[in-house]
Amino acid sequence: MSIETISLSGRKKVVSNKEMTFIERLYLVAIVKGLFITLKHLFRKKITIHYPEQVREMSPVYRGQHMLKRDEQGRENCTACGLCALSCPAEAITMKAAERKADEKHLYREEKYAEIYEINMLRCIFCGLCEEACPKDAIYLTTSKVLVPASYEREDFIFGKDKLVMPLEMAIKNAQLNNAN
Amino acid sequence: MKVTIDGQSIDVEPGTTILQAARMIGGDLVPPAMCYYSKLKGSGGKCRCCLVEVSKGSEADPRPMPKLMASCVTGCMDGMEVNSKSSARVTEARKSVTEFLLINHPLDCPICDQAGECDLQNLSFEHGNPKSRFIEEKRTFEPEDIGPNIQLHMNRCILCQRCVQVADQLTDNRVHGVLDRGDHANISTGISKAIDNEFSGNMIDVCPVGALTDKTFRFKSRVWFNKPYNAHRECTTPGCCGKTTVWMFGGEIQRVTGRKDEYHEVEEFICNSCRFDHKNVNDWVIEGPREFEKDSVINQNNYTQKLEKVEIDTEKNILLGRDIDRKKISMAAIPLTTNDKK
Repeated sequence: MSIETISLSGRKKVVSNKEMTFIERLYLVAIVKGLFITLKHLFRKKITIHYPEQVREMSPVYRGQHMLKRDEQGRENCTACGLCALSCPAEAITMKAAERKADEKHLYREEKYAEIYEINMLRCIFCGLCEEACPKDAIYLTTSKVLVPASYEREDFIFGKDKLVMPLEMAIKNAQLNNAN
Repeated sequence: MKVTIDGQSIDVEPGTTILQAARMIGGDLVPPAMCYYSKLKGSGGKCRCCLVEVSKGSEADPRPMPKLMASCVTGCMDGMEVNSKSSARVTEARKSVTEFLLINHPLDCPICDQAGECDLQNLSFEHGNPKSRFIEEKRTFEPEDIGPNIQLHMNRCILCQRCVQVADQLTDNRVHGVLDRGDHANISTGISKAIDNEFSGNMIDVCPVGALTDKTFRFKSRVWFNKPYNAHRECTTPGCCGKTTVWMFGGEIQRVTGRKDEYHEVEEFICNSCRFDHKNVNDWVIEGPREFEKDSVINQNNYTQKLEKVEIDTEKNILLGRDIDRKKISMAAIPLTTNDKK
């Protein structure tokens, strides 16, 4: 098959300029043909859905907004090792480490923790490499459908620990669920 | 004297060890060394990482040595033939030694400041097993404060004793050493004295693991986020060369270390005043960026370098597309590849 005759859509027809016969000029056959196509589509399976009531199935690899996890005792997993920032192809992650004080043992799991942890959501491409690089199971991309809420200020898109760390109630609930199972 | 290591020959002076001869040749055949330090007299022979197989003792006595030899303390003989990387026995032995070294190591690399320039990390990356067979509890020590500048993490120590030799050979008065025996052996000042000698900071540079780290750099940044520059200053301390590597993040000096060569040994020792007290850019004459190895961690995430092509094992159907899609858009008449024509 040569490149000239290839039809990308599979419906290519060569147009001819031949004179129409009397029957063809009445267009009756053509109209009936067209109506038949319309009728045929009426009985086809619908490809649209009733959106708010029905929701399409999500991909199992869907990656939504990040979350910094807490362990079952409610302590932050992140130890500011910097591997997520290193692996990030968009260079969206910055962090600053600090040493855990003696009275903060219930807050942070390791000796070192992230004092500042920021993800620039305007840069993030949601590739999930940070999740893959994390040795402490700390950062996860959730199935949250809200990726980045709209805002007028650029500063609002730099998510700090206040927006990223898992809420304590959620950690408690998870721990209870784990214990129940 | 002629020595052959992994098929490569070199002429060396009498008294050269196999490890030194291997380093003269360079390349892949150089055995890893955790305790040997060429600038410290009497170092070596402790970690057993540098084991090599001597397949021919010498020209006079060509019998092979029955056991693997520690190359850092075995002298070369004329006509000696050594197998380093080419020997399966050696590879197996290094793997086992690595496993032994990692038994009591806490593996807290995400926290450790040495991560990224750690010899033990490199060793286990090359020779180690990603899974640990050790199920017992690891040996731990109480944290000990050894002064305002140096942080001691005894749990990470592999007892190479380089730091003891530094104290012996660079300073006039050593206040720390190996205490206790066997499993309890640990580096300590004994009666919790601070180490405050002017050259004590070199212990940080010679430490192959993160047991001795810089307190002024503690948790400040990760090694790979900083850029190393060669720098020097007029140092008034007797015995200090003033030539250092400064690790910069933006315009800030994060830490100062000695200049380390390809075997991670400092070229010249520096004093504590250079290392800990001068963190201002104006104190230094910056000569230029320091060269680092191609596979160094500082070079990671550098997307300008040429990356290897990644082959992803996808299912056949993903590459071909779903059947329904193919019917819709495609070209049943046109085969995907020329092979499908028949």
